[in-house]
Amino acid sequence: MSMPFYVSPEQVMADKAEFARKGIARGKSIVAIEHQTGIMMMAENSTTLSKVGEIYDRIAFAGVGKFSEFDQLRKVGVRFADTKGYAYSREDVRGRALANAFSQVMGEVFTREIKPLEIEIIVAEVGDDRYEDHKKNSLYRVKYDGFISDHPGYCVIGGNVEDVEAILKNDYRDGMPAGEAASLGCRALNAGAEHSSELDAESLEVCLMDRNRTGRKFCRLSTEEVQGMLDA
Amino acid sequence: MPLRGNYQGSSFFELLQLEQRHLLPDLSAWVESSGETIPHGTTVLAMRFGDGVLVAGDRLATAGHSVASRDVVKVFETDPYSVMAISGAAGPCIEMARVLSVELEHYEKIEGESLELEGKANKLSQMIRANLPAAMQGLAVVPLFAGYDTRRKTGRLWKFDITGGRYEELEFDATGSGGLYARESLKHGWDAQLNRNDAVKVAVAALTAAADEDRATGGVDLERGIYPVIKVCTSEGQTDASEDEIAACYRSILEARAAGGNL
Repeated sequence: MSMPFYVSPEQVMADKAEFARKGIARGKSIVAIEHQTGIMMMAENSTTLSKVGEIYDRIAFAGVGKFSEFDQLRKVGVRFADTKGYAYSREDVRGRALANAFSQVMGEVFTREIKPLEIEIIVAEVGDDRYEDHKKNSLYRVKYDGFISDHPGYCVIGGNVEDVEAILKNDYRDGMPAGEAASLGCRALNAGAEHSSELDAESLEVCLMDRNRTGRKFCRLSTEEVQGMLDA
Repeated sequence: MPLRGNYQGSSFFELLQLEQRHLLPDLSAWVESSGETIPHGTTVLAMRFGDGVLVAGDRLATAGHSVASRDVVKVFETDPYSVMAISGAAGPCIEMARVLSVELEHYEKIEGESLELEGKANKLSQMIRANLPAAMQGLAVVPLFAGYDTRRKTGRLWKFDITGGRYEELEFDATGSGGLYARESLKHGWDAQLNRNDAVKVAVAALTAAADEDRATGGVDLERGIYPVIKVCTSEGQTDASEDEIAACYRSILEARAAGGNL
Protein backbone atom coordinates (compact mmCIF):
# COMPACT_ATOMS: atom_id res chain seq x y z
CA MET A 1 0.00 0.00 0.00
CA SER A 2 1.37 3.35 -0.94
CA MET A 3 1.25 6.23 1.52
CA PRO A 4 0.07 9.61 0.21
CA PHE A 5 2.69 12.34 0.52
CA TYR A 6 2.27 14.58 3.52
CA VAL A 7 2.07 18.26 2.67
CA SER A 8 1.77 20.77 5.50
CA PRO A 9 -1.25 23.10 5.52
CA GLU A 10 1.10 26.10 5.38
CA GLN A 11 2.63 24.76 2.20
CA VAL A 12 -0.78 24.10 0.62
CA MET A 13 -1.96 27.65 1.36
CA ALA A 14 1.30 29.20 0.19
CA ASP A 15 1.14 27.22 -3.06
CA LYS A 16 -2.45 28.24 -3.69
CA ALA A 17 -1.72 31.88 -2.97
CA GLU A 18 1.30 31.76 -5.26
CA PHE A 19 -0.82 30.23 -8.01
CA ALA A 20 -3.58 32.85 -7.63
CA ARG A 21 -1.11 35.75 -7.51
CA LYS A 22 0.57 34.57 -10.71
CA GLY A 23 -2.77 34.44 -12.48
CA ILE A 24 -3.71 37.95 -11.36
CA ALA A 25 -0.29 39.43 -12.09
CA ARG A 26 -0.69 38.56 -15.77
CA GLY A 27 -3.70 40.89 -16.00
CA LYS A 28 -3.92 44.63 -16.41
CA SER A 29 -4.87 47.03 -13.62
CA ILE A 30 -8.12 48.74 -12.68
CA VAL A 31 -8.45 51.91 -10.62
CA ALA A 32 -11.46 53.24 -8.74
CA ILE A 33 -11.20 56.89 -7.73
CA GLU A 34 -13.60 59.02 -5.73
CA HIS A 35 -14.42 62.36 -7.32
CA GLN A 36 -16.54 65.38 -6.51
CA THR A 37 -19.90 63.80 -7.27
CA GLY A 38 -19.23 60.09 -7.11
CA ILE A 39 -16.83 57.35 -8.10
CA MET A 40 -14.98 56.72 -11.37
CA MET A 41 -13.78 53.27 -12.35
CA MET A 42 -11.23 52.90 -15.10
CA ALA A 43 -9.79 49.75 -16.65
CA GLU A 44 -7.23 49.22 -19.35
CA ASN A 45 -9.43 47.20 -21.66
CA SER A 46 -9.91 47.50 -25.40
CA THR A 47 -12.09 44.40 -25.75
CA THR A 48 -15.88 44.21 -25.57
CA LEU A 49 -15.73 41.95 -22.52
CA SER A 50 -16.30 44.45 -19.73
CA LYS A 51 -14.40 44.30 -16.50
CA VAL A 52 -16.51 46.95 -14.79
CA GLY A 53 -20.23 46.45 -14.31
CA GLU A 54 -23.32 47.67 -12.57
CA ILE A 55 -24.68 45.71 -9.61
CA TYR A 56 -27.38 47.97 -8.20
CA ASP A 57 -28.52 51.58 -7.89
CA ARG A 58 -25.39 52.71 -6.04
CA ILE A 59 -23.10 49.72 -6.35
CA ALA A 60 -20.61 48.84 -9.07
CA PHE A 61 -18.21 45.96 -9.54
CA ALA A 62 -14.79 45.63 -11.12
CA GLY A 63 -12.70 42.50 -11.52
CA VAL A 64 -9.25 41.50 -12.73
CA GLY A 65 -7.82 38.08 -13.47
CA LYS A 66 -9.75 35.29 -15.14
CA PHE A 67 -12.73 36.81 -16.96
CA SER A 68 -15.04 33.81 -16.60
CA GLU A 69 -14.48 33.71 -12.85
CA PHE A 70 -15.03 37.35 -11.98
CA ASP A 71 -17.89 37.73 -14.44
CA GLN A 72 -19.62 34.77 -12.80
CA LEU A 73 -19.14 36.49 -9.45
CA ARG A 74 -20.57 39.73 -10.84
CA LYS A 75 -23.69 37.94 -12.07
CA VAL A 76 -24.14 36.24 -8.73
CA GLY A 77 -23.84 39.69 -7.13
CA VAL A 78 -26.55 41.10 -9.42
CA ARG A 79 -28.86 38.21 -8.48
CA PHE A 80 -28.12 38.75 -4.79
CA ALA A 81 -28.76 42.50 -5.00
CA ASP A 82 -31.92 42.28 -7.13
CA THR A 83 -33.43 39.59 -4.92
CA LYS A 84 -32.65 41.57 -1.77
CA GLY A 85 -33.99 44.81 -3.24
CA TYR A 86 -37.16 43.04 -4.34
CA ALA A 87 -37.71 41.31 -1.00
CA TYR A 88 -36.95 44.41 1.10
CA SER A 89 -36.46 47.85 -0.44
CA ARG A 90 -33.97 49.37 -2.87
CA GLU A 91 -32.30 51.30 -0.04
CA ASP A 92 -31.60 48.08 1.84
CA VAL A 93 -29.10 46.88 -0.76
CA ARG A 94 -25.74 48.01 0.61
CA GLY A 95 -22.21 47.64 -0.65
CA ARG A 96 -20.69 46.42 2.58
CA ALA A 97 -23.05 43.44 2.83
CA LEU A 98 -22.31 42.55 -0.76
CA ALA A 99 -18.55 42.90 -0.37
CA ASN A 100 -18.71 40.68 2.71
CA ALA A 101 -20.72 38.08 0.84
CA PHE A 102 -18.13 38.09 -1.98
CA SER A 103 -15.37 37.75 0.58
CA GLN A 104 -17.11 34.72 2.12
CA VAL A 105 -17.45 32.98 -1.23
CA MET A 106 -13.89 33.70 -2.33
CA GLY A 107 -12.50 32.65 1.05
CA GLU A 108 -14.44 29.42 0.94
CA VAL A 109 -13.26 28.57 -2.54
CA PHE A 110 -9.68 29.33 -1.48
CA THR A 111 -9.75 26.89 1.45
CA ARG A 112 -11.94 24.12 0.00
CA GLU A 113 -11.22 23.85 -3.68
CA ILE A 114 -8.01 22.65 -5.20
CA LYS A 115 -7.82 25.66 -7.50
CA PRO A 116 -8.39 29.09 -5.92
CA LEU A 117 -10.09 31.89 -7.83
CA GLU A 118 -7.49 33.79 -9.85
CA ILE A 119 -9.26 37.10 -9.40
CA GLU A 120 -9.35 40.27 -7.37
CA ILE A 121 -12.39 42.53 -7.21
CA ILE A 122 -13.55 45.99 -6.18
CA VAL A 123 -17.03 46.69 -4.84
CA ALA A 124 -17.71 50.43 -5.02
CA GLU A 125 -20.68 52.13 -3.43
CA VAL A 126 -21.52 55.77 -3.99
CA GLY A 127 -22.95 57.65 -1.00
CA ASP A 128 -26.57 58.70 -0.55
CA ASP A 129 -27.13 62.32 0.48
CA ARG A 130 -30.59 61.54 1.82
CA TYR A 131 -29.25 59.54 4.75
CA GLU A 132 -26.93 60.99 7.36
CA ASP A 133 -25.05 57.71 7.86
CA HIS A 134 -24.82 56.70 4.18
CA LYS A 135 -23.28 59.89 2.87
CA LYS A 136 -19.75 58.62 2.33
CA ASN A 137 -18.59 56.60 -0.65
CA SER A 138 -17.04 53.22 0.03
CA LEU A 139 -14.47 51.23 -1.90
CA TYR A 140 -13.92 47.60 -0.90
CA ARG A 141 -11.23 45.40 -2.31
CA VAL A 142 -11.52 41.63 -2.03
CA LYS A 143 -8.49 39.46 -2.77
CA TYR A 144 -8.32 35.91 -4.16
CA ASP A 145 -8.31 34.41 -0.63
CA GLY A 146 -11.31 36.42 0.54
CA PHE A 147 -9.23 39.05 2.32
CA ILE A 148 -11.34 42.21 2.38
CA SER A 149 -10.22 45.79 3.00
CA ASP A 150 -11.73 49.21 2.53
CA HIS A 151 -9.91 52.03 0.81
CA PRO A 152 -10.90 55.64 1.26
CA GLY A 153 -10.20 57.80 -1.80
CA TYR A 154 -8.94 55.31 -4.33
CA CYS A 155 -8.37 51.63 -4.85
CA VAL A 156 -6.26 49.64 -7.29
CA ILE A 157 -6.40 45.97 -8.29
CA GLY A 158 -4.54 43.95 -10.89
CA GLY A 159 -1.09 43.17 -12.12
CA ASN A 160 1.09 46.11 -11.25
CA VAL A 161 -0.57 47.62 -8.21
CA GLU A 162 2.52 49.27 -6.69
CA ASP A 163 3.39 51.50 -9.65
CA VAL A 164 -0.23 52.55 -10.17
CA GLU A 165 -0.74 53.22 -6.48
CA ALA A 166 2.42 55.33 -6.29
CA ILE A 167 0.96 57.87 -8.73
CA LEU A 168 -2.38 57.97 -6.96
CA LYS A 169 -0.78 58.31 -3.54
CA ASN A 170 1.09 61.35 -4.77
CA ASP A 171 -1.59 63.12 -6.79
CA TYR A 172 -4.94 62.11 -5.36
CA ARG A 173 -6.88 64.76 -3.46
CA ASP A 174 -10.42 64.78 -2.10
CA GLY A 175 -13.20 66.38 -4.13
CA MET A 176 -11.57 66.37 -7.58
CA PRO A 177 -13.86 67.07 -10.54
CA ALA A 178 -14.65 63.93 -12.56
CA GLY A 179 -12.51 65.06 -15.50
CA GLU A 180 -9.46 65.49 -13.30
CA ALA A 181 -10.06 62.07 -11.74
CA ALA A 182 -10.18 60.59 -15.25
CA SER A 183 -6.85 62.05 -16.31
CA LEU A 184 -5.29 61.03 -12.98
CA GLY A 185 -6.63 57.49 -13.48
CA CYS A 186 -5.24 57.40 -17.01
CA ARG A 187 -1.83 58.58 -15.83
CA ALA A 188 -1.81 56.01 -13.02
CA LEU A 189 -2.72 53.17 -15.38
CA ASN A 190 -0.01 54.33 -17.78
CA ALA A 191 2.54 54.02 -15.00
CA GLY A 192 1.50 50.42 -14.44
CA ALA A 193 1.29 49.42 -18.10
CA GLU A 194 4.08 47.24 -19.46
CA HIS A 195 4.12 48.64 -22.97
CA SER A 196 5.62 52.00 -23.71
CA SER A 197 2.79 53.53 -25.75
CA GLU A 198 0.42 55.87 -23.90
CA LEU A 199 -3.13 54.70 -23.15
CA ASP A 200 -5.84 56.49 -25.13
CA ALA A 201 -9.63 56.61 -24.94
CA GLU A 202 -9.86 53.60 -27.28
CA SER A 203 -8.04 51.35 -24.85
CA LEU A 204 -9.86 52.44 -21.71
CA GLU A 205 -13.10 51.21 -20.20
CA VAL A 206 -14.53 53.96 -18.01
CA CYS A 207 -17.65 53.84 -15.86
CA LEU A 208 -18.98 56.56 -13.59
CA MET A 209 -21.31 56.53 -10.65
CA ASP A 210 -22.69 60.00 -10.13
CA ARG A 211 -24.64 60.65 -6.95
CA ASN A 212 -26.59 63.46 -8.61
CA ARG A 213 -28.25 61.17 -11.16
CA THR A 214 -31.76 60.03 -10.30
CA GLY A 215 -32.37 56.33 -9.79
CA ARG A 216 -29.54 54.14 -11.04
CA LYS A 217 -26.27 56.01 -10.62
CA PHE A 218 -24.13 53.85 -12.89
CA CYS A 219 -23.24 54.82 -16.43
CA ARG A 220 -20.78 53.48 -18.95
CA LEU A 221 -18.97 56.11 -20.99
CA SER A 222 -18.55 55.84 -24.75
CA THR A 223 -15.10 56.28 -26.32
CA GLU A 224 -16.04 59.83 -27.36
CA GLU A 225 -17.16 60.70 -23.85
CA VAL A 226 -13.91 59.33 -22.41
CA GLN A 227 -11.93 61.34 -24.96
CA GLY A 228 -13.93 64.41 -23.99
CA MET A 229 -13.11 63.91 -20.32
CA LEU A 230 -9.41 63.37 -20.95
CA ASP A 231 -9.18 66.44 -23.18
CA ALA A 232 -10.95 68.71 -20.71
CA MET B 1 -29.92 35.40 1.41
CA PRO B 2 -27.46 33.03 -0.26
CA LEU B 3 -24.85 34.42 -2.60
CA ARG B 4 -24.47 31.12 -4.37
CA GLY B 5 -27.28 29.49 -6.28
CA ASN B 6 -27.66 27.05 -9.13
CA TYR B 7 -29.60 29.31 -11.45
CA GLN B 8 -27.45 30.49 -14.35
CA GLY B 9 -29.91 32.34 -16.58
CA SER B 10 -30.68 36.00 -16.94
CA SER B 11 -34.34 36.13 -15.89
CA PHE B 12 -35.26 37.47 -12.46
CA PHE B 13 -38.73 35.90 -12.63
CA GLU B 14 -37.25 32.45 -13.26
CA LEU B 15 -34.71 33.02 -10.49
CA LEU B 16 -37.56 33.64 -8.05
CA GLN B 17 -39.54 30.68 -9.35
CA LEU B 18 -36.62 28.28 -9.01
CA GLU B 19 -34.77 29.52 -5.96
CA GLN B 20 -36.89 32.01 -4.01
CA ARG B 21 -40.41 30.70 -4.46
CA HIS B 22 -41.60 32.23 -1.19
CA LEU B 23 -41.01 35.71 -2.62
CA LEU B 24 -43.56 35.19 -5.41
CA PRO B 25 -47.06 35.92 -4.14
CA ASP B 26 -49.16 32.76 -3.93
CA LEU B 27 -52.27 34.10 -5.62
CA SER B 28 -54.31 30.93 -5.50
CA ALA B 29 -54.42 31.03 -1.69
CA TRP B 30 -55.84 34.56 -1.59
CA VAL B 31 -58.83 33.84 -3.79
CA GLU B 32 -60.41 31.17 -1.62
CA SER B 33 -60.73 33.39 1.41
CA SER B 34 -61.37 36.88 0.13
CA GLY B 35 -63.34 36.59 -3.12
CA GLU B 36 -65.14 39.79 -4.08
CA THR B 37 -63.57 42.20 -1.60
CA ILE B 38 -60.12 42.35 -3.18
CA PRO B 39 -59.42 45.87 -4.48
CA HIS B 40 -59.73 46.16 -8.24
CA GLY B 41 -58.15 48.81 -10.40
CA THR B 42 -60.35 50.24 -13.11
CA THR B 43 -59.71 52.18 -16.32
CA VAL B 44 -56.36 52.34 -18.11
CA LEU B 45 -55.67 53.26 -21.72
CA ALA B 46 -52.78 53.39 -24.14
CA MET B 47 -52.46 55.04 -27.54
CA ARG B 48 -49.89 55.60 -30.22
CA PHE B 49 -49.32 59.12 -31.42
CA GLY B 50 -46.95 60.94 -33.76
CA ASP B 51 -43.79 60.73 -31.62
CA GLY B 52 -44.38 57.60 -29.60
CA VAL B 53 -46.90 56.17 -27.24
CA LEU B 54 -48.94 57.43 -24.28
CA VAL B 55 -50.32 55.45 -21.35
CA ALA B 56 -52.84 56.80 -18.85
CA GLY B 57 -54.76 55.46 -15.89
CA ASP B 58 -57.22 56.84 -13.34
CA ARG B 59 -56.47 56.56 -9.61
CA LEU B 60 -59.48 54.76 -8.17
CA ALA B 61 -59.48 51.24 -6.77
CA THR B 62 -62.75 49.61 -5.77
CA ALA B 63 -63.64 46.60 -3.63
CA GLY B 64 -67.12 45.45 -4.52
CA HIS B 65 -69.22 48.61 -4.42
CA SER B 66 -66.89 50.50 -2.06
CA VAL B 67 -63.92 52.70 -2.75
CA ALA B 68 -60.75 50.88 -1.69
CA SER B 69 -58.37 53.74 -2.51
CA ARG B 70 -58.69 57.08 -4.28
CA ASP B 71 -55.08 57.53 -5.21
CA VAL B 72 -53.73 54.17 -6.26
CA VAL B 73 -51.21 54.23 -9.11
CA LYS B 74 -51.89 51.87 -12.00
CA VAL B 75 -49.38 53.05 -14.56
CA PHE B 76 -45.78 52.02 -13.93
CA GLU B 77 -42.52 52.81 -15.60
CA THR B 78 -40.98 49.39 -16.18
CA ASP B 79 -37.80 50.80 -17.70
CA PRO B 80 -36.79 54.10 -19.33
CA TYR B 81 -38.55 53.17 -22.61
CA SER B 82 -41.55 51.15 -21.51
CA VAL B 83 -44.63 51.49 -19.37
CA MET B 84 -47.13 49.01 -18.03
CA ALA B 85 -50.70 49.83 -17.01
CA ILE B 86 -52.82 47.49 -14.94
CA SER B 87 -56.47 46.80 -14.47
CA GLY B 88 -57.86 43.89 -12.51
CA ALA B 89 -57.05 42.66 -9.02
CA ALA B 90 -54.80 45.42 -7.68
CA GLY B 91 -52.54 43.30 -5.45
CA PRO B 92 -51.23 40.84 -8.03
CA CYS B 93 -51.26 43.52 -10.73
CA ILE B 94 -48.96 45.85 -8.81
CA GLU B 95 -46.74 42.93 -7.84
CA MET B 96 -46.50 41.88 -11.48
CA ALA B 97 -45.45 45.38 -12.50
CA ARG B 98 -42.77 45.32 -9.78
CA VAL B 99 -41.43 41.96 -10.89
CA LEU B 100 -41.40 43.07 -14.52
CA SER B 101 -39.42 46.22 -13.79
CA VAL B 102 -36.83 44.25 -11.78
CA GLU B 103 -36.84 41.64 -14.55
CA LEU B 104 -35.95 44.18 -17.26
CA GLU B 105 -33.24 45.82 -15.17
CA HIS B 106 -31.87 42.41 -14.14
CA TYR B 107 -31.63 41.23 -17.74
CA GLU B 108 -29.86 44.42 -18.74
CA LYS B 109 -27.28 44.07 -15.95
CA ILE B 110 -26.62 40.36 -16.50
CA GLU B 111 -26.48 40.47 -20.29
CA GLY B 112 -25.02 43.94 -20.68
CA GLU B 113 -27.78 45.15 -23.03
CA SER B 114 -31.53 45.65 -22.75
CA LEU B 115 -34.24 43.48 -24.25
CA GLU B 116 -35.98 44.57 -27.42
CA LEU B 117 -39.45 46.03 -26.80
CA GLU B 118 -41.05 42.92 -28.26
CA GLY B 119 -38.97 40.77 -25.89
CA LYS B 120 -40.24 42.77 -22.95
CA ALA B 121 -43.86 42.29 -24.03
CA ASN B 122 -43.23 38.59 -24.51
CA LYS B 123 -41.77 38.30 -21.01
CA LEU B 124 -44.88 39.93 -19.58
CA SER B 125 -47.15 37.45 -21.32
CA GLN B 126 -45.16 34.59 -19.77
CA MET B 127 -45.68 36.14 -16.36
CA ILE B 128 -49.42 36.45 -16.93
CA ARG B 129 -49.52 32.82 -18.04
CA ALA B 130 -47.83 31.83 -14.78
CA ASN B 131 -50.75 33.51 -13.01
CA LEU B 132 -53.30 31.45 -14.99
CA PRO B 133 -54.59 29.20 -12.17
CA ALA B 134 -55.42 32.33 -10.13
CA ALA B 135 -56.96 34.04 -13.16
CA MET B 136 -59.33 31.09 -13.58
CA GLN B 137 -60.55 31.70 -10.02
CA GLY B 138 -61.26 35.35 -10.67
CA LEU B 139 -57.96 37.06 -9.84
CA ALA B 140 -57.37 38.26 -13.34
CA VAL B 141 -54.38 40.36 -14.28
CA VAL B 142 -54.93 42.08 -17.62
CA PRO B 143 -52.31 44.75 -18.28
CA LEU B 144 -51.54 47.03 -21.17
CA PHE B 145 -47.90 47.27 -22.13
CA ALA B 146 -46.50 50.06 -24.26
CA GLY B 147 -43.17 51.58 -25.08
CA TYR B 148 -40.94 53.20 -27.59
CA ASP B 149 -39.22 50.74 -29.91
CA THR B 150 -35.77 52.28 -30.30
CA ARG B 151 -34.91 49.99 -33.22
CA ARG B 152 -38.07 50.52 -35.26
CA LYS B 153 -38.28 54.16 -34.13
CA THR B 154 -41.95 54.03 -33.25
CA GLY B 155 -44.28 53.69 -30.29
CA ARG B 156 -45.92 50.28 -29.86
CA LEU B 157 -48.56 48.88 -27.55
CA TRP B 158 -49.92 45.49 -26.60
CA LYS B 159 -52.97 44.25 -24.77
CA PHE B 160 -53.12 40.90 -23.03
CA ASP B 161 -55.78 38.45 -21.95
CA ILE B 162 -55.78 36.34 -18.79
CA THR B 163 -54.22 33.37 -20.58
CA GLY B 164 -51.16 35.42 -21.49
CA GLY B 165 -52.39 36.01 -25.04
CA ARG B 166 -50.57 39.01 -26.49
CA TYR B 167 -52.10 41.25 -29.14
CA GLU B 168 -50.40 44.24 -30.64
CA GLU B 169 -52.66 47.24 -31.24
CA LEU B 170 -51.84 49.74 -33.94
CA GLU B 171 -54.03 52.58 -32.69
CA PHE B 172 -55.17 52.57 -29.07
CA ASP B 173 -56.77 50.38 -26.46
CA ALA B 174 -58.36 50.72 -23.05
CA THR B 175 -59.17 48.04 -20.46
CA GLY B 176 -60.88 47.84 -17.10
CA SER B 177 -64.48 48.50 -16.13
CA GLY B 178 -64.57 51.88 -17.90
CA GLY B 179 -62.49 50.69 -20.85
CA LEU B 180 -65.44 50.50 -23.21
CA TYR B 181 -66.34 54.18 -22.65
CA ALA B 182 -62.73 55.26 -22.89
CA ARG B 183 -62.40 53.45 -26.22
CA GLU B 184 -65.55 55.12 -27.53
CA SER B 185 -64.10 58.52 -26.62
CA LEU B 186 -60.69 57.68 -28.14
CA LYS B 187 -62.40 56.60 -31.35
CA HIS B 188 -63.54 60.21 -31.83
CA GLY B 189 -60.48 62.09 -30.66
CA TRP B 190 -57.60 59.86 -31.73
CA ASP B 191 -55.45 60.41 -34.78
CA ALA B 192 -52.19 58.69 -35.73
CA GLN B 193 -50.41 62.02 -36.14
CA LEU B 194 -51.44 63.64 -32.84
CA ASN B 195 -48.66 65.62 -31.18
CA ARG B 196 -47.79 65.01 -27.55
CA ASN B 197 -49.94 67.80 -26.06
CA ASP B 198 -53.00 66.83 -28.07
CA ALA B 199 -52.48 63.19 -27.14
CA VAL B 200 -52.58 64.19 -23.45
CA LYS B 201 -55.82 66.13 -24.11
CA VAL B 202 -57.41 63.15 -25.83
CA ALA B 203 -56.34 60.88 -22.96
CA VAL B 204 -57.84 63.18 -20.31
CA ALA B 205 -61.06 63.40 -22.32
CA ALA B 206 -61.24 59.60 -22.59
CA LEU B 207 -60.69 59.10 -18.86
CA THR B 208 -63.28 61.79 -18.11
CA ALA B 209 -65.77 60.05 -20.39
CA ALA B 210 -65.06 56.74 -18.67
CA ALA B 211 -65.47 58.30 -15.21
CA ASP B 212 -68.73 59.83 -16.36
CA GLU B 213 -70.27 56.53 -17.44
CA ASP B 214 -68.57 54.04 -15.11
CA ARG B 215 -68.93 54.51 -11.34
CA ALA B 216 -65.76 52.55 -10.63
CA THR B 217 -63.52 54.92 -12.62
CA GLY B 218 -62.01 57.92 -10.86
CA GLY B 219 -61.31 60.57 -13.46
CA VAL B 220 -59.85 63.91 -12.36
CA ASP B 221 -60.53 64.96 -8.76
CA LEU B 222 -59.87 68.71 -8.61
CA GLU B 223 -61.13 69.11 -5.02
CA ARG B 224 -58.72 66.59 -3.57
CA GLY B 225 -56.01 67.29 -6.11
CA ILE B 226 -55.88 63.70 -7.38
CA TYR B 227 -54.98 63.46 -11.05
CA PRO B 228 -54.68 60.52 -13.43
CA VAL B 229 -51.19 59.26 -14.15
CA ILE B 230 -50.19 59.93 -17.75
CA LYS B 231 -46.84 58.67 -19.03
CA VAL B 232 -45.41 59.35 -22.46
CA CYS B 233 -42.65 57.33 -24.16
CA THR B 234 -40.75 58.81 -27.08
CA SER B 235 -37.25 58.51 -28.48
CA GLU B 236 -36.16 60.74 -25.58
CA GLY B 237 -37.34 58.15 -23.06
CA GLN B 238 -40.23 58.28 -20.69
CA THR B 239 -41.78 61.42 -19.13
CA ASP B 240 -44.86 62.22 -17.05
CA ALA B 241 -47.54 64.73 -17.96
CA SER B 242 -47.61 67.28 -15.13
CA GLU B 243 -50.60 67.67 -12.83
CA ASP B 244 -50.99 71.28 -14.00
CA GLU B 245 -51.21 70.17 -17.60
CA ILE B 246 -53.83 67.53 -16.79
CA ALA B 247 -55.81 70.02 -14.67
CA ALA B 248 -55.79 72.52 -17.56
CA CYS B 249 -57.09 69.87 -19.99
CA TYR B 250 -59.80 68.89 -17.53
CA ARG B 251 -60.85 72.49 -16.89
CA SER B 252 -61.32 73.10 -20.60
CA ILE B 253 -63.58 70.03 -20.71
CA LEU B 254 -65.59 71.39 -17.76
CA GLU B 255 -65.89 74.77 -19.46
CA ALA B 256 -67.12 73.19 -22.67
CA ARG B 257 -69.62 71.19 -20.63
CA ALA B 258 -70.82 74.30 -18.75
CA ALA B 259 -71.25 76.07 -22.08
CA GLY B 260 -73.68 73.35 -23.08
CA GLY B 261 -71.31 71.05 -24.96
CA ASN B 262 -71.74 67.29 -24.82
CA LEU B 263 -68.37 66.01 -23.62
